[in-house]
Amino acid sequence: MPKTPVQFRINGTDKAVFADGGQSLLDVIRREVGDTAPKYGCGQGTCGACMVLIDGEPHLSCILLAEMADGRSIETASNLDQGGQIHPLQDAFMTHFAAQCGFCTPGMLMAAKALLDKVPNPTREQVIDAISDNLCRCTGYEPIINAILDAAQNPSRRSA
Amino acid sequence: MAKHRGRGMAAINYPIGLNLGGDPSQALVHSNPTGKFTVALSSIDLGQGMKSVTRQIAAETLGIPVDDVYVDTADSDTGPHCMGSFASRGTHRVGNAVIAAAKEARGVMMEAAAEELEVDAGDLETDGKGNIHVRGAPHRSITVKEVAIAAQFRQGRTISGRGIFLIPMSGVDPETGAMKPVTTYAHACLVADVEVDDETGDVAVLKMNSAYELGRALNPRMVEQQLVGGAWMGMSHALYETTEPYYPDRDHGPSDFNEYLMPGPGDIAPHDIAVLERPAADGPFGGKGPGEMCANPVLPAVANAIFNAVGIRIDELPITPEKVLRGLKSQGGAKPPQVPFGGPKPNGAARP
Ligand code: FES
Ligand code: FES
Repeated sequence: MPKTPVQFRINGTDKAVFADGGQSLLDVIRREVGDTAPKYGCGQGTCGACMVLIDGEPHLSCILLAEMADGRSIETASNLDQGGQIHPLQDAFMTHFAAQCGFCTPGMLMAAKALLDKVPNPTREQVIDAISDNLCRCTGYEPIINAILDAAQNPSRRSA
Repeated sequence: MAKHRGRGMAAINYPIGLNLGGDPSQALVHSNPTGKFTVALSSIDLGQGMKSVTRQIAAETLGIPVDDVYVDTADSDTGPHCMGSFASRGTHRVGNAVIAAAKEARGVMMEAAAEELEVDAGDLETDGKGNIHVRGAPHRSITVKEVAIAAQFRQGRTISGRGIFLIPMSGVDPETGAMKPVTTYAHACLVADVEVDDETGDVAVLKMNSAYELGRALNPRMVEQQLVGGAWMGMSHALYETTEPYYPDRDHGPSDFNEYLMPGPGDIAPHDIAVLERPAADGPFGGKGPGEMCANPVLPAVANAIFNAVGIRIDELPITPEKVLRGLKSQGGAKPPQVPFGGPKPNGAARP
């Protein structure tokens, strides 16, 4: 099968890979880049576990062809901590026990980050809307919603 | 066409574990020369908190910081045997096995410390911070790490312990069929408020109030979170989830998450939870565990609330809009029962 050269920036680092025809962006991120934060849940765009930000917008990487990321900038949950400090969202997720098995968490975090980057003080309804592409089997959503609202209200929260 | 509100409740008596051949679980505990301890289990943590709770139990029993305990559940082929993570048995069965293993390991650790300090092991105590000292003389002290190094490189001891928890097999009385399958029960009561739309058949859960009695809550925040998430799953089982909507006919079953319905973040109901702690006599530090019980009372409470709202009894799950509409049709519309929730008993005696 012919391979397609794809170049993108992921978590601040430039990458060049040869993608198989039809290979998903999720597969490239997990296998070629080696970043296993985005998860393979359903592989058909219905669970949100594979969510990443592309140029700041949330996307389901399992249903994107890798070559569509050419020239774009991708962010995954691996990049949330900066300079040894976890992101306020990660801190809030821990405080609110917003993860049990944790499978949905990388996608939830990216959905939440996309929201807070645009709407620093969202309403509860805006939070619900932002994570409505993301399924969670364990938490009942309430702790996740509370964590995102808390992170928005206390952007300075950090764990040392 | 109208929306009807109703309230239903359910109370449950929930067995912890089961008695298949005694329902045993094993644990192995050992230290390495850094003074850290590993707890080996085959009891799988799939998000319910098995690793966190057994880590706490081991640290408490050994008398060392939680940070110094690592729980390894990596491989059920090579780990000590466990019946599994089911039947709400994890905290109770595995927790007890961990206590037994950690006690044995602690005994060896204290013997090794006694040899180093040249005292009697019975005079030693742990401070929970990584030190062992002579009771009443805290300056005569040695760190757990120093003890572990001495055990490994000088004394030739393994600081380790084995634990199993087994409830003797309960046979069935051939005459009466009676048996005693479990030794401890957890309890719950849940009240659900719903709104039933008699035009669409839609049922919305508006509010849940619950009380759960689950022995000592070994990790209260994790218990609370398990109850929140579990009640959501109960609501999902009551109203949404099924693989065979026309069982036993397999047709029209969902094939993906687009069709397999679950309540989303916009469908959740406020839920007030009271946790009652009545330590179990044979539980690890009194723990029983929330387990599956966190979902169970929601289903009958929602079914009862629908009966209270529109007078139809639906006894097949999930209670889909289609079933609600069929029920309403055969009854000739919404007819809330004349005896509302909390009204007189069927025999006419007033409820308190
Ligand atoms: S794996 Fe991409 S949406 Fe489920
Ligand atoms: S924490 Fe398990 S799926 Fe969300």
